[in-house]
Amino acid sequence: MEERIMLKGSVALAEGALTAGCRYYFGYPITPQNDIPEYLSLHMPERGGVFIQAESEVASINMLLGAAAAGARAMTSSSGPGISLMQEGLSYMAGSELPCVVVNITRSGPGLGGISPTQGDYKQATCGGGHGDYYLIVLAPSSVQEMYDLTIRGFELADKYRNPVMILGDAILGQMKEPVTLRDAKPVTYDKPWALTGPKGRKPQLVKSLYLKDGEMEVHNWKLAEKYRRLAEEDTMVEVDEDADADIAVVAYGSCARIVISAVEMAREEGIRVSRIRPITLYPFPSGEIRRVSEKVGRFLTVEMNTGQMVRDVRLSVAPGCDVRLLARPGGAIPTPQQILAEIRKALE
Amino acid sequence: MPKVVIDEARCKACAFCASVCPKKLIELGGPINQLGYQPAFFSPDREGECTSCALCAEMCPDVLIEVFREEKAS
Amino acid sequence: MKQVFKRPETLIKTTTHFCPGCHHGTVHRLVAEAIDRLGVREDTIGVAGVGCGVFLYDYLAVDVCEAPHGRAPAVATGIKRVNPEKIVFTYQGDGDLASIGMSEVVHTANRGENITVIFVNNSVYGMTGGQMAPTTLLGQQTTTSPRGRDFHYDGYPIRMAEMLATLEGVAFAARVAVDKPANLRKAKQAVNTAFEMQAKNMGFTFVELLSACPTNWYMTPLAALRRIEEEMIPYYPLGIFRQRKAADYL
Repeated sequence: MEERIMLKGSVALAEGALTAGCRYYFGYPITPQNDIPEYLSLHMPERGGVFIQAESEVASINMLLGAAAAGARAMTSSSGPGISLMQEGLSYMAGSELPCVVVNITRSGPGLGGISPTQGDYKQATCGGGHGDYYLIVLAPSSVQEMYDLTIRGFELADKYRNPVMILGDAILGQMKEPVTLRDAKPVTYDKPWALTGPKGRKPQLVKSLYLKDGEMEVHNWKLAEKYRRLAEEDTMVEVDEDADADIAVVAYGSCARIVISAVEMAREEGIRVSRIRPITLYPFPSGEIRRVSEKVGRFLTVEMNTGQMVRDVRLSVAPGCDVRLLARPGGAIPTPQQILAEIRKALE
Repeated sequence: MPKVVIDEARCKACAFCASVCPKKLIELGGPINQLGYQPAFFSPDREGECTSCALCAEMCPDVLIEVFREEKAS
Repeated sequence: MKQVFKRPETLIKTTTHFCPGCHHGTVHRLVAEAIDRLGVREDTIGVAGVGCGVFLYDYLAVDVCEAPHGRAPAVATGIKRVNPEKIVFTYQGDGDLASIGMSEVVHTANRGENITVIFVNNSVYGMTGGQMAPTTLLGQQTTTSPRGRDFHYDGYPIRMAEMLATLEGVAFAARVAVDKPANLRKAKQAVNTAFEMQAKNMGFTFVELLSACPTNWYMTPLAALRRIEEEMIPYYPLGIFRQRKAADYL
């Protein structure tokens, strides 16, 4: 039976992981995501799982690599600087085609930065983040319900594509409480014949990302590229609130997209025709939908809590000649609906 | 059947085996193998002196030596 | 005829990429023999560090996971926690374990992870071409200590086995050498003990093996053997520094 309860974003995410069958968590404390390891340190063992507080984020991601190589659903969570420390491991996991879920409840940066909400890690998350020719699957929840749902979906996508998944949230999503419907249905699982369990009754298996022989690495890179193409085709997620006669479309993701909802409602009350686009997968980016809307709407406004990172993907996606504007608030500042409304009006002048 | 069998094709001529043989029954400088080394080989006609102590095999870093011992007649 | 020495079954019969006189082959053999002795080949997962030892999977017929440089103990932790009934070991060199991976090995040891760490100490970075390692001896010339290691600049060589032996989570910490038959016998015993203790769930086991890298020592293989005895062992004493009798701390 489905259950509807009040949950904090971090807890909803942790419950999502448990619902997805994740039984291994490795992490290192960093604000503002500590509710996740604290919750799981209590509840993971209760459900027969393992919680380890690692000595660093470097160790966390590599414990995750080991657990994933052994065929388990495993997760870590961190924030900005900790995620930076994990990039080497993420690159190895993408190269070795290992599934996992990594949660980034962001800090504003660069450096030690601050703990207030920000979207400054968009670029790092969507461009791979570490060395080499790979991408993470990046999911951007916008509500506590999605903190739960997209975490489950994240584990499914990780296994489907054998690739690390990043859940990109911020302190707003982690700290706020909303009603959540807990899922009844079982998560989708995938066979893992490649997992390292000891070569009993079969040939020894290997998990690796080293390719030294002539041409081997290129073949592997093209294999990964084909996987990302298929991912974009089958699993791009976007929410479009479309006005068929819109004069402008506003693009935002995550917590910022919630503020845009208020601004769009206010604009519509004034009679402004406006569409709203919310990428749910940041990688793969919903270029197709943005392109489609931009064929009809000549003006776009991108709203972001950084100095302008997603706007580059929007500009690459829109039809030629489409005017793409930016409202950017970095460093933990949060745009207000009034501010967004003012930008919409200005764009239409 | 010889007591010491050296996989000469894979030998890299480090000479560890020869250096530990208590009876100095292994020599270096065999015909050049595919790896480009002049491998170790058991001295011809000295089979009878080998005690099958297997120190040569223990020392071979590439584990290329097998050692046999004649079973005593009961 | 009775065979008194043969390759262990776990050791794949192939030509290795190792240089003449390199001891990786010897250490591989000791590990393979320990696995055969326990009869656990089909239940063993190795974790290969970065360096000349990375090709472990070409030589041992067990499952293998590559780890990023230095991170093998963390990777092994993840594997072992998922497969607590399997035998899990890491195979690491001195650059991998004692430099970039110092944090991972210390904390894995301190957690008492029930894994075995095989530490090949040849006092130099091998695969990258002979740079100074944390275990490089004072005065030793390498491509990044061209005037010889000087403690004023580079500090002192690290003694890993003694250091890890101070940690409560460690069940077994030993240093052995593979330079001559007498030392090899003790090395074999130590590797066997480490795997056996893991099989008995006794905690973290660690074996440091003093080994030769003739190529990056600029020596003939035989001269390299002498260097282990004359220069390495005096600084890195052989012995067992910690050995628990039972899993009494659990």
